[in-house]
Amino acid sequence: MENRLEVENLSYAYPERHALDNVSFRVSSGEIFGLLGPNGSGKTTLFKILSTLIPITSGSARILGYNLATEVRVIREFLGVVFQHPGLDGKLTIIENLRHHGHLYGLSGKTLQQRISELLECFGVADRAKERVEILSGGLQRRVEIAKSLLHSPRVLLLDEPTSGLDINARQQLNDYLGVLAQTENILVFMTTHLLEDAETCDRVGILDAGRLVALGEPDELKAEVGGDVIFIESTDSDTLGIAIIEEFGVSTVLTDDGLRLECERGHEFAQDVVAAFPDEIQSVRFGKPTLADVFMKLTGNLFEERKEN
Amino acid sequence: MLPITTIWWREIIRFYRQRSRLFSAIVQPLVFWILIGSGLSASFQPAGASDGNGYIAYFYPGIVVLVLLFTSIFATISVVNDRREGFLQGILVAPVPRWQIVLAQALGGTTLALGQGLLLLLLAPMIGIRFGTLSLLLSMGVMALLAFGLTNLGLLIAWRMDSTQGFHAIMNLLLIPIWLLSGAFFPSTGVPGWLAWTMKFNPLSYGLAVFRHSLYLDTATKAFGAVPPWTFSLLITCLFCILTYVGATFTASAQVN
Repeated sequence: MENRLEVENLSYAYPERHALDNVSFRVSSGEIFGLLGPNGSGKTTLFKILSTLIPITSGSARILGYNLATEVRVIREFLGVVFQHPGLDGKLTIIENLRHHGHLYGLSGKTLQQRISELLECFGVADRAKERVEILSGGLQRRVEIAKSLLHSPRVLLLDEPTSGLDINARQQLNDYLGVLAQTENILVFMTTHLLEDAETCDRVGILDAGRLVALGEPDELKAEVGGDVIFIESTDSDTLGIAIIEEFGVSTVLTDDGLRLECERGHEFAQDVVAAFPDEIQSVRFGKPTLADVFMKLTGNLFEERKEN
Repeated sequence: MLPITTIWWREIIRFYRQRSRLFSAIVQPLVFWILIGSGLSASFQPAGASDGNGYIAYFYPGIVVLVLLFTSIFATISVVNDRREGFLQGILVAPVPRWQIVLAQALGGTTLALGQGLLLLLLAPMIGIRFGTLSLLLSMGVMALLAFGLTNLGLLIAWRMDSTQGFHAIMNLLLIPIWLLSGAFFPSTGVPGWLAWTMKFNPLSYGLAVFRHSLYLDTATKAFGAVPPWTFSLLITCLFCILTYVGATFTASAQVN
């Protein structure tokens, strides 16, 4: 059995719009792959195709060597799926939900019982196993949800926006856990996210914009391509200041919610110069290393945050 | 087998934990029966029925079928809810063929409906029905068949639906008329031609007929007149079950998310 996920020239169109346009990438077992993109970029469509909910209409995909178009039944056996919307039954207890899921995958008796105990322990919900899911907090439900998806020991784990609804600690915990899981169990982890922080923790990232894969690589690699530093300048009159900066320094700026944004080499020196040149107009200056949002901006010409709102 | 039993089991547990559903599915038809049955008894003698039974006895089998219909419908509404809440997706990506999913759901609905129907069957002696072993077993069997067919009819619709509002509309426009025109409310004897034909093409007319025959198998005075014959009605009812099940499976298989 091959140990990777291969997507080649995948396209998908809904009657009213094009969702995916010639997307190709590969992910290996033991690797965490993050598909980053603003809402409406086609992430969920790609997720649904990989999780066997939507059939392939154009292009191809193989998971561990099996063809997604023709061997869905086999693929479903080793696929663990975590959807964005909770897939638990609130009227059932945690343990009942897990048992139900185990039965769907043909697990029963002692094997199932043991597996459930292991996972409840691992996700720290053992003491609440007999409580109904509807009374649990969102964070706890999420943990049960992920425990459920691992019950049948999947070799490929697909997660759609797994950290949505989690606080920052729980998010960190989950990302750490996925890392351990991928390494110790050699599981292939594929997740979609619109959160830059989540994407940063992945081994490799694909950036999706309007159905096209615009970047593919390790987060550091991608950020290195942007080069230099990113500077944000706050001003009372950003428009005028933007024009003045172009005239004075020959650097183009973009107006964002956080103020004027520009990229340059040796940002700390530039910050000093710009403050010296416009002492009255500037309220604050901060600079930092590029993030994946900057990669997105460089490749698409759009701000990641704006796309998100659109 | 395991996937079928686990999906079936979940339907039962859910129903048990939402007991208001149980209440509404049985009390509403019961009130219907008592009010309409008593109210019309004085002025309405079903065509061809033996004297002394009255309308309340005629209406009884129809009310049992209404309870089956309501319970089946409530069970199928859970499919719509499962989709909306995301639970169904988890089942759809599991390695379980759609025919097994639908069968489990249908059996879940059937079990619940049968349970409610049996409660109502306890009232049968009050209107002069005498049960022998055969008539009792037969009546239960027919109830199970009807519940299975009606649940599948509900599933056939529910698998296409995104909202329960839509399902309620279908229920009022399709399911209730099917019940009204099945001979549950009035016999087809003497009604205008177009209505008689509608009733003739209604599969539930035959379900109700075979149920009436089974209930009164061991009772001499029958509370109904001319209804379609036994074996033919049973055949149509079985066919109805098979077609609705195949239809529901087909719909579920065509559904992608």
